[in-house]
Amino acid sequence: MTKVGRPILGGRRFSLDWIGVVPFLGYAALFLVLPSAIVALGAFFDANNSLTFDNLAHLSRSYIVKSTIDTTIVSGITALLGAALGAILSYAIVTGSPTGLLRRIVISASGVLAQFGGVTLAFAFIASIGPAGLVYLFAQSHGFDYYAHGIWLFEPIQGLSLVYLYFQIPLMVLVFLPALDGIKPQWREATESLGGNTWHYWRHVAGPLLFPAFLGGLLLLFANAFSAYATANALINQGQPMLAQQIAGALSSEVGAYEPGFAKAIAVEMIVIVTLVTILYTQLQRRTSRWL
Amino acid sequence: MVAMFVVAACGSSNSGGSASCSESQAKTATSASACGGMSALVAAAKAEGKLNVIALPRDWANYGKELDTFAAKYSIQITSDNPDGSSQQEVDAIKQLGGTSRAPDVVDVGMAVALANTNLFTSYKVATWDDILAGQKESTGLWFQDYGGFMSVGYDSAKVPAITSLDDLLKPDYKGKVALNGNPKQANAALNGVMMASLAEGGSLDDISKGVDFFHRLKQAGTFVPVQATTATVKNGTTPVVFDWDYLSAAHGKDVPGWKVFVPGNAVLGGYYAQAISKTAPHPAAARLWEEFLYSDEGQNIWLQGLARPVRQAAMQSKGTIDATAAAALPPVNGTPQFLSPDQATAAKNYVVAHWDAAIS
Repeated sequence: MTKVGRPILGGRRFSLDWIGVVPFLGYAALFLVLPSAIVALGAFFDANNSLTFDNLAHLSRSYIVKSTIDTTIVSGITALLGAALGAILSYAIVTGSPTGLLRRIVISASGVLAQFGGVTLAFAFIASIGPAGLVYLFAQSHGFDYYAHGIWLFEPIQGLSLVYLYFQIPLMVLVFLPALDGIKPQWREATESLGGNTWHYWRHVAGPLLFPAFLGGLLLLFANAFSAYATANALINQGQPMLAQQIAGALSSEVGAYEPGFAKAIAVEMIVIVTLVTILYTQLQRRTSRWL
Repeated sequence: MVAMFVVAACGSSNSGGSASCSESQAKTATSASACGGMSALVAAAKAEGKLNVIALPRDWANYGKELDTFAAKYSIQITSDNPDGSSQQEVDAIKQLGGTSRAPDVVDVGMAVALANTNLFTSYKVATWDDILAGQKESTGLWFQDYGGFMSVGYDSAKVPAITSLDDLLKPDYKGKVALNGNPKQANAALNGVMMASLAEGGSLDDISKGVDFFHRLKQAGTFVPVQATTATVKNGTTPVVFDWDYLSAAHGKDVPGWKVFVPGNAVLGGYYAQAISKTAPHPAAARLWEEFLYSDEGQNIWLQGLARPVRQAAMQSKGTIDATAAAALPPVNGTPQFLSPDQATAAKNYVVAHWDAAIS
């Protein structure tokens, strides 16, 4: 519509349309581009401010490699499980009454729980199902020792994944629900009137419509887990399985392991990984939304 | 006081008995007398009216009482930033905030950080300077040790059997119960915990590898938990066995009645923290008065009541000014105390940074 109207109304008039986006660009430059640039540049300087590639080379230290693997696995598992379970939960809500009590309760609870993280969350798990927690002591006294083969709550993959899901699933509900709400019942009826069954509906109509939103949620969840720090640190302080913890270690060591340049190199590594995942996401997004 | 006001009112500054301390004098004063004496320092500090401290947990070495007593005694308002911060974060705050009114005036830091950042500090000698042993201070007063103690294993005797040697911790009785106070790559207390284990297991101050091996064996035996021990985890029973400084550990007795503190006779590892005044302190007189207060008999006894061993303890014992009840409550230590030199601490740190994560994961 505008394409038709523009030449008649505007002619060669200088367009000021871009002004509206200036605050956003300014904000992004100040709080995203500038800090990233400072971090990226800092990764190439040592403590005496001379140019060096050592910081990046040190990323091959075995404990950083292990943290990279652990962080990626935990983020991947909690993103996949969180997205799948969150999507199922959203679907369950959508099929219910749009003004029902259940829907309102689940949405409010998700809003709160998606932000519930950090020391409080970790300690909630420690105090409930931890080795001195109420639930464990109760289970143990009834002959069910779920830590008989080791305290898995304090193992990076199992422990962190479980705790992270506590805020990942609600976050998925929050971002995925609007997409599900956009699916109109008439489309299903249209499918059926054209002779399609439930499989056809999901395969050719609802699935392709929802998949981009699902992928977007998946990416958000991955980044959310990837950058989480406080929860992991309160739960597993030793071994520093998450890269964010390694950054903190290199920045705040009081025993002399203070390597600010190295911390920035780890941050650069995290930026690169998230960028790669984002590129993968846009490629998938492009393929899946092509027909729309 | 009256005399001082008269002098100040007359505006004379260089007369022989001047008892005022100007801001520029306070900034560079290397002792109370260089600032016109104690009463002039007190007046200048009161005029500033504020003091910025950082990384002082109220339940650490009785700092809560230390802060409250000072604030009440001199009517100086204390801003206590980031109470759970690390020594490195203290000096980072000086670097980042230096020159602003929010910058820390004084710091209480581990020795590694003190030695690496002397360029941020200014020289000052408290009135009781001579009571501090030469090895426990920088000769010009850039830093001076304040309080310390010995590395220990604290445990809840109601939850675990009595500990008589570190090897006990490998037994199934301690499964999922042993923790460190922090990560040894970052926290001084935790690094010393590993070093103490090394001494007990046949290592030496020059060789921390036996300690890392020991924690590796604890991990394999399933007794080591990777949670950082805090007052909360001790209270709730998640970490009923904790490697920590004896004075911090003993404080858990308040929450856990059966709490005991064990220092192995073959591994008496001592450690002291140090005070330093920031070169860019926004309240230079209050910063100096704070140090005078901490190193007075009163300030030293407050630390002692928090079960930390104040640096003037020996001198105060011989003068009879020590709080004898508090001194008697210190955990018993039998054996020869050992102290890490800066070089040994660096070597230990390097080994731990390279090997710790692999050893306990």
